[in-house]
Amino acid sequence: MELNKDAYNQYVKGVTPQRSLWAAMGKAFVTGGCICTLGQLSVMGMTTFWGMEKETAMTWAQLELILLSVLFTGWNLYPKLVKWGGAGALVPITGFANSVVAPAVEYKDEGQVFGIGCKIFTIAGPVILYGIFTSWVLGILYWIGQMLGWLPV
Amino acid sequence: MIDVVKAFVIGGLICALVQILLERTKMMPGRVMVTLVVSGAILGWLGLYQPFVEWAGAGASVPLLGFGNTLWKGVSESLGEEGFLGIFKGGLTASAAGIAGALIFGYLGALMFRPKMKN
Repeated sequence: MELNKDAYNQYVKGVTPQRSLWAAMGKAFVTGGCICTLGQLSVMGMTTFWGMEKETAMTWAQLELILLSVLFTGWNLYPKLVKWGGAGALVPITGFANSVVAPAVEYKDEGQVFGIGCKIFTIAGPVILYGIFTSWVLGILYWIGQMLGWLPV
Repeated sequence: MIDVVKAFVIGGLICALVQILLERTKMMPGRVMVTLVVSGAILGWLGLYQPFVEWAGAGASVPLLGFGNTLWKGVSESLGEEGFLGIFKGGLTASAAGIAGALIFGYLGALMFRPKMKN
């Protein structure tokens, strides 16, 4: 059966749920804003009350957010946050932690190595690969710039 | 107090902008994360992201762009300290806590929790 292309496109448009971009952006703003605020409050708490260096506090805050995200994923709350907040829940480091633990839990019945071991890298693998590769290429470019005397050593 | 507001607004804005990307391109979450980390490394390399982190705090460091910036920062610092070899060492060194934390907590989470039924 041949379906007219325009008619088909019309049909797809009709059945695709319409969501307002502004509403989705607003939810992403609130969700992402809250997660970053939690990170900021942690950093400020650690630097003010425990006299920690800002860099160290930021690393601790990162670990804290990762741990919280893992717990919320395990309790099946983080997927709900992603559904509501969209990019607001994906863009922060908590979204990365969620993408590490979620497939590992999902496929744990396939075993320690091929289940958890492989699936834990489903998203983490590409993120680490392209992150490390990009920063390496940029390092090489910077080094070439230094060799040519364009950039300070 | 102003730092908390900055973190909320800047972090929120980055997420809202990425939401546009999600809606317009139907990109999968994995691609979005890779794009953010790579962009963060490039913005760091251009010298733009680190001043942004100093100013916006967690609003700039918590989004994955900050993770990319950390990778570049590590490479650039190691390059300064140990030369060419540093280009290979810096990225993972600077991001070690985040990556190890995600893997360790992720593994413990996988041991602790049961897969959920899809509803």
